Amino acid sequence: MTDIFELLKGKPGDPDYENKGVIVQGITGAYGSLHAKQMIAYGTNVVAGVTPGKGGQKFEDKVPVFNTMQEAVDATNAKISIIFVPAKFFLSAAKEALESGIKLLVAIPEHVPIRDTMETLDLANKKGATIIGPNTPGIMIPELIKIGIMPPMPFKAGKIAVLSKSGTLLYEISDALTTAGFGQSITIGIGGDPVNGTRLIDAFEMVKDIPDMEGLVIVGEIGGDSEEILAQRIIDIGFNKPTVAYIAGRAAPKEKRMGHAGAIIMGNYGSAESKVSMFNKANIPVAKRPAEVPVLLAGKMEKSD
Amino acid sequence: MQLLEFQAKELFREYGINLLESISSTNIEEGRKHAKELGYPFVIKIQVPVGGRGKAGGIQKCQNDDEFELKYPQVMDLTIKGEKARAILLEKMADIKKELYLSIFLNRSKRCYTIIASAEGGVEIESVKNQIIKEIGLGDVSDELAKEVAKEMKLEGKTAEQFVDTLKKLSKLTIEKEAELVEINPLAIMQDDSVMALDGKFVTDDNSNFRHAELQKYQEKTDNEIQAEKSGFSLVELDGNIAVVGNGAGLVMSTLDMLSDNGGKPACFLDVGGGATTESVYEALTLISRLPKVKGILVNLYGGIVKTTVVAEAFLQAYENNLIDLPVFSRLKGTESEKAKEMLKDSRTNIFDSVEEAINAAVMGIKK
Repeated sequence: MTDIFELLKGKPGDPDYENKGVIVQGITGAYGSLHAKQMIAYGTNVVAGVTPGKGGQKFEDKVPVFNTMQEAVDATNAKISIIFVPAKFFLSAAKEALESGIKLLVAIPEHVPIRDTMETLDLANKKGATIIGPNTPGIMIPELIKIGIMPPMPFKAGKIAVLSKSGTLLYEISDALTTAGFGQSITIGIGGDPVNGTRLIDAFEMVKDIPDMEGLVIVGEIGGDSEEILAQRIIDIGFNKPTVAYIAGRAAPKEKRMGHAGAIIMGNYGSAESKVSMFNKANIPVAKRPAEVPVLLAGKMEKSD
Repeated sequence: MQLLEFQAKELFREYGINLLESISSTNIEEGRKHAKELGYPFVIKIQVPVGGRGKAGGIQKCQNDDEFELKYPQVMDLTIKGEKARAILLEKMADIKKELYLSIFLNRSKRCYTIIASAEGGVEIESVKNQIIKEIGLGDVSDELAKEVAKEMKLEGKTAEQFVDTLKKLSKLTIEKEAELVEINPLAIMQDDSVMALDGKFVTDDNSNFRHAELQKYQEKTDNEIQAEKSGFSLVELDGNIAVVGNGAGLVMSTLDMLSDNGGKPACFLDVGGGATTESVYEALTLISRLPKVKGILVNLYGGIVKTTVVAEAFLQAYENNLIDLPVFSRLKGTESEKAKEMLKDSRTNIFDSVEEAINAAVMGIKK
């Protein structure tokens, strides 16, 4: 199992403890440069960028830009990269990263073909690497490291883990949590695609043993059955930390893709009812509105005291 | 996108999967010609991109000209699950022994392609009994595996041979066209023990469209959807009267849910994507202005770094250019919201601090 905290923070005593280097693939593009700046401003240690043909430049006068991932990794020894290239170039960028020894790859692009995602996952498996995304807002430990595109305001350091398929709902619900006094220990964007590098269940395995975790929030949506599988896992292992879920798409029509490639109900597969009923079985309350999440969480905490 | 049956069958034919003789038409004059070419008896099948056609009366047997003249227009006029007929397929009547089920689909939780096969087909997948399930990685089916499936289905002789052949061709089609789902239901065993695809379902991975120019002729989009795609938006048109706009698919779905919970009827789902700018919101309003039945607009933007004044500017421009004359109920989370409210105070746009307030006002303000 991936020790996500070791990847994101390292071990106490490591020279780069809580200062892990991150490489930005596509750093000179409009989107990549905007978010590279934002990540740096948040305190993320962006050590290099990669754009073929732009090697030798300095991004913001300090971050070296390389032509290839291998050069960037050789120069920095970084194990984390974030990809901002257009979807059709994702596969080659991801392969290059994995072949160069990247162990945590955050895949931002939307509209990556499923076959390309599956090929990337196949290679990641062989290399023992973890993929977050594609079509994800990213991953963060609030107030320590942000590898993604999320705005900083909604988040605050704390003890609630948040797992979300949707980006803006992650912001919305984290904002509601923060306002209610619940900071976050980690937030993981699963992504809105049908095939995810880190599935909800994988993300759960990453966070379930955090020693001082006080609660878990699961933000799901219609499509697939990853929420059901997670609920079953929670029942099976008797996970008893206060947990609250939210499911978007209760009013969505069947057989229509609702914005995300993965958000589609086919027959009964992927329906909100199926997900809500499995969470109910697992004794996890499902909020009707994002604003209800902290209220339900507070209720759960009171009971578990 | 989900192809129509006759389109899926065009692909099946290209890959050498056995089919009955069939011809598609879009009007009765064409249909009459096809009826002559094909000869009675045949089946009239409505072409819609949804299932449940048989139950809805969209598949009718036809023995002679009188039946044809009666049934063709009837089937053409049907609406099934909100979908109107795109075409009519006339297909030779089949003399079948047994119906099987066969599909290859993208198994999202296992992150691989998976075969589902059954010796008891012809019903919806949820009711298919004794399913044989095989995970097949990136989609490739070996001769050995195909034979194993045939054996588990207790197929023999010529039938087994043809089933193996069909399964391998289906796998090739799935991989080469990057399908999310290819289904043959029923796959029929004929009186002479051959197997034939009597129906076809095919769902593409739209994100791979750039590699499949050959599939673009099947693309069916409304002008609004084409416009939305150009702007990088995603649009789903719905039946109600309140247009729902936001940034991020999850947030817009959530807004749709809350609106419906409060008795509102959404007219569309419109996701303008990550950030919101004056231009993108103005384009969204342009799109909505072309949708019929819209009586008001509900906007839910979680800006984060977005300035709400930038969005307010789009509303002002839309009113000034007479693009819209509709009330807007808006929740804008972001910076400078006090200033944005001030900008809009004399317009038909109301800004609210919470989405709940915006929804209540929209539902109250737009009574049918």
